[in-house]
This record gives sequence, structure tokens and C-alpha cells, in this order.
Amino acid sequence: MTVKRVKGRWHNVFLVIRYLLMTLLGVVFFFPILFMVVSSFKPDLQILQDTSSLRAFLPVGELSFQNYVEAFERAPTERFILNSLLVTSITVILGLVVNSMAAFALSILRWRGQGVVLSIIIATFIVPFETIAIPLLLLVSRLPWIGADGIVFGWLNSYHVQIIPFIANAFSIFLFVQFFKSLPFELVEAARIDGAGWFQIYRRIIIPVSGPVFATVAILTFLPMWNQYLWPIMVVQQEEYRPVMVGLQYFFQLNVAWGEIMAYLSTITVPVLVLFLALQRAFIESIASSGIKG
Amino acid sequence: MTTATEISRKRTGFWATLSLNDRRTEVITGWLMASPAIFLLLTFLIIPFFLAFVFAFTNQRLISPNPTEYVGLRNFSRLLTVRLLILEPLTNEATGEPVRDENNKLIYPRVREFTRNNPDYPQYNGLKQWLAWNIGQKRWVLLAGDPVFLRSLYNTFLFALVVVPVQGGLGLVLALIVNQRTTGVNIFRTIYFMPVVVSLVVVSILWRFIYDGQNGLLNNVLQFITFGAFEPIDWLGNPSTALPAIMAMSIWQGVGFHMVIWLAGLQTIPPVLYEAASVEGANGWQQFRYVTWPGLRNTAVFVLVTITMQAFGLFTQIDVMTRGGPLNATTTVIFQAVQRGFEKQDIAYGSAISVVFFIMVLSVALIQRYLTRERD
Repeated sequence: MTVKRVKGRWHNVFLVIRYLLMTLLGVVFFFPILFMVVSSFKPDLQILQDTSSLRAFLPVGELSFQNYVEAFERAPTERFILNSLLVTSITVILGLVVNSMAAFALSILRWRGQGVVLSIIIATFIVPFETIAIPLLLLVSRLPWIGADGIVFGWLNSYHVQIIPFIANAFSIFLFVQFFKSLPFELVEAARIDGAGWFQIYRRIIIPVSGPVFATVAILTFLPMWNQYLWPIMVVQQEEYRPVMVGLQYFFQLNVAWGEIMAYLSTITVPVLVLFLALQRAFIESIASSGIKG
Repeated sequence: MTTATEISRKRTGFWATLSLNDRRTEVITGWLMASPAIFLLLTFLIIPFFLAFVFAFTNQRLISPNPTEYVGLRNFSRLLTVRLLILEPLTNEATGEPVRDENNKLIYPRVREFTRNNPDYPQYNGLKQWLAWNIGQKRWVLLAGDPVFLRSLYNTFLFALVVVPVQGGLGLVLALIVNQRTTGVNIFRTIYFMPVVVSLVVVSILWRFIYDGQNGLLNNVLQFITFGAFEPIDWLGNPSTALPAIMAMSIWQGVGFHMVIWLAGLQTIPPVLYEAASVEGANGWQQFRYVTWPGLRNTAVFVLVTITMQAFGLFTQIDVMTRGGPLNATTTVIFQAVQRGFEKQDIAYGSAISVVFFIMVLSVALIQRYLTRERD
């Protein structure tokens, strides 16, 4: 905007400075990630030698998948990945169903008490997870669960302890409510006159036109679930149920070589980055929409 | 919050056509469809929230053979008690002169003599030394019930004090840079945003290597830039650089998020205002000062508040990179809550820390409310 009025040569000088600045910042943000991926293909000795020159960021020298092979041999890495995939996908899917259904009830239907319920849900925005983590730990350690051997008490070391507390999400409900309220009410009215039940209206009328908000909520729940750390370190001690981020921390503490660590880091990061690049618009718009909170 | 009334207004016509039976069905369906979410939020958010306040006043443990008891404010007084103890140097009883050691330093009575079951000083009982200064001939000792927790409060506030303005400001600078229609800008925006989608655990481990004292990337880059003049630093092993190193990394990881929020804010400013400013002959700075900045007011408050809350919750980086060390230089409130509540299984004490944390967050939220209040 400022450059608009500056004509001719100065304009070009400003432009060059701007691009230089953008590139320099780009280097700062991108090179650590580039270093991680490039190093994952190098033998350890070379990683250490390369840090003293620009070679650290270049795929040169002896490149191989050896680090990846060893990272998967050293620890049940594939198990950790599958655990996280399972926990994340179930939470996202159940979350979409439960939260959109609640939002439908809160925004389309009319029932006594909905105003209070919505106000309470919005009020919970100011309770960060860190506040409730410790009492929740005690709570889940005492809750009953019906398993293969009948009723057992205590949810620790399981999949459901990583899933169930995160299905309902006040902010997801809020995003759905905002979206459903913006839909033309005539849609509902017409279906109602045709004799459709409320649940049918939710499934056949509302869901098909709500793609964007479902995508936003899915993205906003997927990232924190995949990256979850504080909760699983407290409730999951057994390797069997351990998610990737906790597995990574254990792997790191085994004191293995940097090449293998970089391979592990790349394995769990690159797919997310690719997903981000593919769905960039949706990702950035989701994040921007979280800015309307409060 | 006004949903119910808005909808009722919109729907009055439709509502009137419904039979009593239809209305009853609607009420029942409403409760049924909302009930899974209500039940889950109640069990896993609202009840634990109140439990934090209940446990904080008890001696609840994760596993204990003894019944839980109400202990009043004991946990909070241990967390927050601070007392000053002024020690006089030891004097020679015959001459009245202060005694000196072989290095000609004054000798003071041990703090322990005041804090371990000394019946003359019940107010110091059980406290530990937090800080000490020599003022004149006297030694001022600040005693605390839990010096490590106070250190974690200090570290958390220090972290927020640096990270909030720097990350918020840098985010705005990035947003202003990429908020222009020139070629390639989208690529840069994507790159600046990339660290946001990388997990904090991954980032922390990657930066352990970058900060490494021997082969670390940062030391090598700095040596390269200064032609070898730079002395390598063990960034995370040194109490004076560990927290700043974690601050820098956290800003690197999180700033792209706030760039996007600022961008969304920038796009709400009508272009007409810039055109008007241009016609009036405003320069770049004046445009920013009188058009851009006033239009970003609510965005600014939102950005500052979200960064503050994230900063208060600092945990993952600490747990992965330093475990609170060296010498408690990087311990934080949430790290302490997890240490006590989970690792030492002291749910009550961990809950008391959580309550203190919630009060911190609540104060920030109230300040936000005040700053963004509707002004008539």
C-alpha cells in the first residue's frame, strides 16, 4: 500500500528489499524443518559434520533409508502410529457427530433450557485443559468400564481414556451453532411441512449443506489430537496403547543416534505437512475462524 | 447467547402452526440430541473443574489406603507463603565483635535453626530458603513454603512477559508483509505458517539438536557468520540461556498462527479507508497509525489474550527439553502441577496448583472482557 505512490526506481528498490526480507524470514521458518527431513537420510557422522556448513540443508553425501529402517526396528514405531491414527480418527468422527447434533438441537430446535445450556457451554471456553487435567486423572482412574472381563474400575492404559474425554468440545459446538444459525430457516420449515422428523432434517437437510463447517471442525480437532502429549503421558504407561508423541519422547530418551531420531520426526511430521499443503486453504481458514472466538 | 430469543423471533410464524404434540416432540428431540454432548462435557469438563477446587482443600492422593480428609487452606499456604528472615552475624560473646571465617566473611546462623521445629519461631516452621541477600552486615533471607513453585510462577510470568509482545508483534509484522498482492506472497505465507502444524514434541526434539552445545546447528551457524569468533554455548544446559532459548523456539513455532489471525483482522478493514487516507496524502506510517491499527483493536486483544493463555500453559517444551532444569531455571506452573499431581501422585497439591493457574487465566479473560467492552 505504501509503495503504490512511490514511482519508478524507488518502487523497484522497495520491492527488492521486501522480497529479501520475506526470503530471509522464509529461511528462518523453513530451514529447521528442511534440516530435519534432509538429515533423516544421512548417516550420523555426516549429520554432525554437515552442521558446520550449508550442506546441513542439502541432500548430499551418502543418502539412504537406513535411519528409517532402524527407527522402526528399535521401537514399535508403527504401533505408536496406528494407536494415534485410531485415537485421532475415532475422536474426530464421534466429535463431528456428537457436537453437530448438539448444535442442531441448540440452534434449530426450540426447547426449554437451551439458552442456559448454550450459555454454560460458551462459559467453559475459559477453562483450559491444563486446569482440569489433574482432577480428571483421578476421575478416570476410578471410572467403571465394561470390558471383556466384566466391569472393571479405572480407565488408565486404554484407548477409551484417550478418546472419550475429548469427543464433546464446546468450541466445536459453538462453530456448528454459528453456521447452522446462518442457514435459511425456510429449508427446515419446508421439510417440516413435508412431514420430515427432526432427526431426518438434521441428516438429510442440514448435514449435506454444512460441508465447510464440518471440515473446519475436523481440522481443528485433528491437529491437537494427533499432537496430544500432556494427557497421554499421565494416563498411558503401556506401550500397547502409547500414541506417537509419547512414543517419540520415549524413543528420544533411549539415547539413540540423531539420524534415527530425525527419521522418526520426519515420519510423523511429513504426512501432516503434506496434508496441510494439500488442504492449505481449509487449514488457514479454520485457524482464522478460530479467531472469532470470544 | 441470545440464540434462543433470536430464533423464536424468526420462527414465530412457523411456531404458531405447530400442534401441542409437535412442540412436545421438539422439546424431547432437543434434549435427546443435545444429551450426549451435555453428558460428556459435564463428566469430563465441568465436574473435573469443580473437583479441582474440592481436592485443593483436601489431602487427596491418586492411590491411598487412608481416607481423604479436609485440610483447609494448607495446600495454598504451602504454595504461597513467603516470609522474610533477617539474620544477624554471629558475634564473639566476650568482645561483641562479629566473628569472621578464614576468608574474612561474616558468619551467620543457619537458616535451618529457625525453620526446623524451633519453638521460638513457629512462623518459620517448615519453610525453605528461596532467595538471600547481604544488606549491610545483615543477611536477608526470603523463606517460602515451596520455593520451587514460586520459581515456576516467576518463570511462567517471565516467559509470558517476553513471548506475548514479541510473538504478537512479530505476527503482525509478518501479516503486514504478506498482506499484499504480489507474486509469490502465498508461498511465503505458507512457509511462515508451516511450524504451526508441526507438533510441539517434534519441534522440541528438533531444537534440542539445534541448541546442542557441541554439534548444535545454532552454534555452528553463529560461528560461521562471525568467522569463528563466536564461543559455542550450551543453550539449554546454562541456567541463564535455557529459558530464553525455549522462548525463541516457542515464538518460532507459534507466530504463524497469530499471523493468520492478524491477516483475518486486516481483511476486515474496508479498502475505502485506505483510499481516503491516500487522497488526504497520508504516508505509510500515518496510514498504519490512523487506519490499520484502530481497525485491529479487537484482533489485537484477542491475539494478546490467546498468546498469554498459551504462555501460561507452557509445559510440553519444558517436559521434552529440560524437565524444568538446569537448577529450576525453566520449571513452570503446569510442569509443577504435573510433577506433583501425577509423578508424586499428590492430586490435592496438583489441584491447588491448577486452581492458581485457573485464577491466572481468569484474570486475563476478565481483562480481555474489560478491554473489548462495548463503548457507547
